[in-house]
Amino acid sequence: MKIIEVKNLTKKFGNFIAVNNISFEVEKGEIFAFLGPNGAGKSTTIKMLTTLLSPSEGELTLDGHNVKKNPNEVRHSFGIVFQDPSLDDELTAYENMEFHGVLYNVSKKIRRKRIEQLLNFVELWDRKNSLVKEFSGGMKRRLEIARGLLHHPKILFLDEPTLGLDPQTRNHMWEYLRELNEKENITIFFTTHYMEEAEKIAGRIAIIDHGNIVMSGTSDELKKNTGTDSLEEAFLKLTGKDIRKDEANTIDRMRMHRNRWRK
Amino acid sequence: MKTIYILWLRQLKRYFRSKSRMFGSLAQPLLFLLALGFGFGPVFAKAGQGNYIQFLVPGIIGMSIIFTSIFSGMEIIWDRQFGFLKETLVAPVSRFNIMIGRTFGGATIATMQGIIVLLLSLLAGFRPFSLVLVPLAILVMFLCSLLFTAMGTMIASNLDDMQGFQMIMNFLVMPLFFLSGAIFPLGGSGVLAVVAKFDPLSYSIDLLRHLLSNINNFTMGFDLFVLSIITLVFLGLGSYFFSKIQI
Repeated sequence: MKIIEVKNLTKKFGNFIAVNNISFEVEKGEIFAFLGPNGAGKSTTIKMLTTLLSPSEGELTLDGHNVKKNPNEVRHSFGIVFQDPSLDDELTAYENMEFHGVLYNVSKKIRRKRIEQLLNFVELWDRKNSLVKEFSGGMKRRLEIARGLLHHPKILFLDEPTLGLDPQTRNHMWEYLRELNEKENITIFFTTHYMEEAEKIAGRIAIIDHGNIVMSGTSDELKKNTGTDSLEEAFLKLTGKDIRKDEANTIDRMRMHRNRWRK
Repeated sequence: MKTIYILWLRQLKRYFRSKSRMFGSLAQPLLFLLALGFGFGPVFAKAGQGNYIQFLVPGIIGMSIIFTSIFSGMEIIWDRQFGFLKETLVAPVSRFNIMIGRTFGGATIATMQGIIVLLLSLLAGFRPFSLVLVPLAILVMFLCSLLFTAMGTMIASNLDDMQGFQMIMNFLVMPLFFLSGAIFPLGGSGVLAVVAKFDPLSYSIDLLRHLLSNINNFTMGFDLFVLSIITLVFLGLGSYFFSKIQI
């Protein structure tokens, strides 16, 4: 069964095309990695999948629901860990967790149990009553991960979840996610810049650049098709040659996108 | 229901944790009350209008309500900038419920500010006309708070950052306050009296004045009718624009 279906998805900001006519599918229970350089369109795609942004063109289906027509039903089927902060600084760590649990309708008993378990897991249990604004960047990130795991959705989106995490926490987190994936058949859709992570964890990988999916398949397929030995090399071969020249362009484009967006 | 409650609770927690905001938003109405109340009191009495403090206090309550409510509504902009808005927008809760929870939270805070101003004004010599009517006046404060929190929500849903904030203050909040008859009587048929008819705050303050000081410009039924209709309209508009937010 296909749990995510994307058909001819396009997103334009004025004249700038952030996502250009992409199509892909994710099977239920799959671990799917979405890779690409900064500004390639990864986060824009995730925002469209999670009802935060409406697509310019194309069809999006999550768990059988049309994202544009039934955003409320769609929101029942996924959970997300955002790339940038989304905690309430004026609340304590515990309150942030509690707030999330209530919004996602996790029953009180399970909520209390999981909050304790997850805060211990990210080593923040002894700081549970501190306001989030007193936390360091890394602690906030850990709390954000813990919060994302509090409810068990059908699909879990993780937008660069491991950014800024130490290797211990990173390892821990992936173990936990794998277990969730196996035990509860939760589909995992993630983006990352760590190639070894994608190689180790993802069943299938799609590489996106300039708003287009340049290649997709298993890690082995990608390596075979590009004639390379590692995913990193394959990735660089597909997106990389002119990475330096491109970097300025990416920033320009992001700036343009931001300005357009503000109007 | 539980989700509306937790959103409401969050607004209240934020309010009680920021003591500077609590006191800061009381300073302005108190300054107005003392400076205008004691400054214009003698003139007002000489003009044969009676006790100015009795007249002014409902207006100052209205003032503290409109400022607090619009700020609370506009907190959405902060949440957007700090990223927390995303967390609520992807949750399996309808946008309408999110908006209602936040708006009731903001309105509760504004009502509390109104009650604090009312209590403090007792120290300045204000005496409610009838104690029995005070709870009714508090209900009116809440209705008025709902209206302006929804208005703030509507505005904030269309703004990306705080840059437009000063403009909203100068071109919306200040005129709404000054043209509402909060600090002077609206009697007569001048231009001001006509303009004030288009200001929803006029009806809230007139109603408060009726209940607290037994002074009125319109009839109580008319005030209540207009106020309820406008509140419903803005709740509708607020939730419409809130549901259209994209990030």
